[in-house]
Amino acid sequence: MNNSEWPLWEVFIRSKQGLDHKHVGSLHAADAAMAMQNARDVYTRRLEGVSIWVVESRHIHASNPDEAAEFFDPAADKVYRHPTFYDVPESIKHM
Amino acid sequence: MATPDLSPAQLAAPAYPAELRSQLFQYVLQLADTSLILAHRLSEWCGHGPVLEQDLALSNIALDLLGEARSYYQYAAELEGRGRTEDDLAYLRSAVEYRNPLLVEQPNGDFAYTVVRQFLFDNFHYQLLKGLQNGPDARLAAIAEKSLKEAAYHLKWSSEWLIRLGDGTPESRRRLDKAIATLWRFAGELTTPTPNESQLQELGLVPDYAALLPAMQAHVAHVLAEATVPLPTAPVAQLGGKTGRHSEHLGYLLAELQYLQRTYPGLTW
Repeated sequence: MNNSEWPLWEVFIRSKQGLDHKHVGSLHAADAAMAMQNARDVYTRRLEGVSIWVVESRHIHASNPDEAAEFFDPAADKVYRHPTFYDVPESIKHM
Repeated sequence: MATPDLSPAQLAAPAYPAELRSQLFQYVLQLADTSLILAHRLSEWCGHGPVLEQDLALSNIALDLLGEARSYYQYAAELEGRGRTEDDLAYLRSAVEYRNPLLVEQPNGDFAYTVVRQFLFDNFHYQLLKGLQNGPDARLAAIAEKSLKEAAYHLKWSSEWLIRLGDGTPESRRRLDKAIATLWRFAGELTTPTPNESQLQELGLVPDYAALLPAMQAHVAHVLAEATVPLPTAPVAQLGGKTGRHSEHLGYLLAELQYLQRTYPGLTW
């Protein structure tokens, strides 16, 4: 079997309950079921996770690095978008 | 490698009468040899797997079985009570003293061979551990409880691969058919009790193979149907390994497995 025929999948692992899934890497697999097992065998050998998501890489659309300037730089001087100019009452614990 | 987390009560070898203790020693040794030899076979794939992902999957299964083998060897050494350690039992016995069934010493062959060998073993192993887990011997029950989760995954892995190869390409099907034609004859030994096993089964100390068979057969029928592979007509079971009559393959395997301890006795790392 030619390995290059198997599509690429991206793997996301939740390290413990309550945390979000984080991208940990990629792998090759013929379908979703195999991708899930491969992810288990490749990325959770050292107790890294309690939940796995896999998604075929072709379904992920990435921003274009050539457009990084117009995409991201305009946010650099908009400090007023951070809610740091408000006084938070002491009784409010979680902000 | 982690030793299973057992309570002191579970670690204490039960006060069996001498003869029963010796019988149970033989039985536990057989479990240990079986897991060790298959673990070694699977470890031969390390660095040679068909793809990186399956290289790791095979190594993971090998390590699970090696850990299980250690637990059994430790218990066997205690049951024997003659000062031999787990390493002595694993590394310093000759081929005729090994009690693993013939199936697990068969060479890896191609990936289809390895999958069929693993499937036949996993299907038995999973049901056996379920029985041992509920058995009267606390130590075996504790080891089985820990290993059962691993065995459940192994069975899932080998079942899905058998289905993929059977229902895959003409080439994968051709290889699978060949592996089944060669290896199916070794399945019967797993559930054919030796005189020692029969006696322990009659005492209710270990699972009765006859009671495991319906679930095993149902799973084989299910997986083969999914794989579109006709159920093989039951070949005459090839027996011998569990009573020390092995194929030529075991000698070569042990030569490699035991080389380091035989050449540098007592070596640790």
